Amino acid sequence: MSVQAGRTQRGKAVASKVGWSALAWLVAIVFFFPVLWMALEGLKTEVQAASIPPTILFTPTLSAIQEVLSRDFPPYLINSASATLGSTLLVLVLGLPAAYALSIRPVKRTRDVLFFLISTRFLPFAASLVPLYILARNLHLLDNIMALVIIYTTINLPLGIWLLRSFMLELPHELVEAARVDGASMRHELTRIVIPLITPGIAATSLICLIFSWNEFFYAVNFTSSIAATSPIFLVGFISGRGLFYAKLAAAATLASLPVLLAGWIAQKQLIRGLTMGAVK
Amino acid sequence: MARVTVQPSPPTSLRSGGGRVRSAASADRREGWLRRLPLLPALIYVILVTQLPFVLTIFYSVQSWNLLSLAPARFIGLRNYLDILNDPSIRIAIWNTIVLTICAVAISVALGVAIAVLLNREIFGKGILRTLMIGPFLVMPTAAALMWKDTLLNPLTGFVNYLLTPIGLGTFDFINRFPMASIVAIEVWRWTPFMMLIVLAGLQSQNQEVLEAAEVDGARPLQMFRYITLPSIRPFIELGALLGSLFIVQSFDTIFMTTQGGPGEATTNLPFKLYLEAFQAFDIGRASAIGVLAVILTMIVATFALRTLFSIFQVEARR
Repeated sequence: MSVQAGRTQRGKAVASKVGWSALAWLVAIVFFFPVLWMALEGLKTEVQAASIPPTILFTPTLSAIQEVLSRDFPPYLINSASATLGSTLLVLVLGLPAAYALSIRPVKRTRDVLFFLISTRFLPFAASLVPLYILARNLHLLDNIMALVIIYTTINLPLGIWLLRSFMLELPHELVEAARVDGASMRHELTRIVIPLITPGIAATSLICLIFSWNEFFYAVNFTSSIAATSPIFLVGFISGRGLFYAKLAAAATLASLPVLLAGWIAQKQLIRGLTMGAVK
Repeated sequence: MARVTVQPSPPTSLRSGGGRVRSAASADRREGWLRRLPLLPALIYVILVTQLPFVLTIFYSVQSWNLLSLAPARFIGLRNYLDILNDPSIRIAIWNTIVLTICAVAISVALGVAIAVLLNREIFGKGILRTLMIGPFLVMPTAAALMWKDTLLNPLTGFVNYLLTPIGLGTFDFINRFPMASIVAIEVWRWTPFMMLIVLAGLQSQNQEVLEAAEVDGARPLQMFRYITLPSIRPFIELGALLGSLFIVQSFDTIFMTTQGGPGEATTNLPFKLYLEAFQAFDIGRASAIGVLAVILTMIVATFALRTLFSIFQVEARR
């Protein structure tokens, strides 16, 4: 009797696991479907991509991808890469010493500084948009990658400082103390001891910079037009598309999304921590 | 976990007089500046690129200045503010911003919590499921918006329309008929994974022993969720909701790509309105006044956000 009861209970547990798993998979597939559909449409011919009913089974072709790549898409991707890389580097160069001064050898009123920094991140872009535009116009920085690098650095620096600081706070105190007793200068302490120990923090910061800079649209569409235009601007050309263009659109959309998708998937653990500025580990 | 201890500065009034004390005070000051030095470049950068422009925004907002006209800028006092406050389209934009933000945040938080609880159960393929789930958040928003508009919700060729053909919605134009609901849906699709990630981290940091003890005591699953799990993940939900609203208040990409603020002004939110004033009408004075207004509105929200953020960080530090 008791053996049978145990068996039915185990049976119930397995059944419930299967049931919940099925539900979870259904939900995840619904959410993921648009991403999958984007990739699939990009591997179709234009006729297949616009067919009714939708083409589910087909032989994938790279023609749409080849077409957008052979047209004028690569310069946009290169611009995105330069703006992202430039601003990420700048965030690290400015952010690492700042995080150090807010954690390991904290300045007075550290809390106020942190508060101020993060408040600038959540200031709407409306606050500084017009003067930045006029400044960029007067300095001939419109349609120039430098303008985007400067702005993206501003967007990511507060997050970066908070994030790097949260990693520095976790360093064992004794380690830094020991170096200080050995007479290491502050610069030494930062470059030789702190930075090598917080490489995961640097990775998380770079990931967040990548996500926000690569996908940024508002400043890109208003501050650039042709020479410095980034990949989301290329997609704007599809808004009022005529004729058959879904496969090309999907191919471009997939290519434009790929770097952030891959980086985010690879560094999932860093992703949560980064998005919450170190609050959630 | 290490905590920041702000070094208490000795009251300076006690240390005046006496050469030795003074030199100690100056050494103190030197030490203070030495500590500040690494912080300065970043701080100066942030002030130059965000604070200084904001002062200029206020300055421009009391000017009549249009880049398209040859007339030079001139001071007009608060007329821009009176104009925008009396402009019904600004009121519509503010209202749309509120509707979009509240709906998108509320729905994505609710779905995010539900999905996080689901993924926290004993199920097959947890890792893959989580990987699939964060896809929508990582896809470039402009790309996703166009895919929704052209290949999913398109009345002629959309996949969602195709699926809904049996119930007679095969040629229903969602984006034109329900523009705001469509924008909310796309934002929910994008932000639910974000909420889910944060809540899932909260669920995983839960004290398992408490849950087991409650189970032994005969608590039902729903009771356990209501009285044990929910209070323990509450800070995570709050954090997600606050960060989410600060981002969604600024949403621009999806609106630009799908509806261009239309039809009419049905989906024009404040960021899109600002874009129209600044970069279509090139009305610097009005755009600046809208900027100042947006800052005031955001500040109200952000004050709450930052307070919560700090209380969460303190909880983390105490652990």
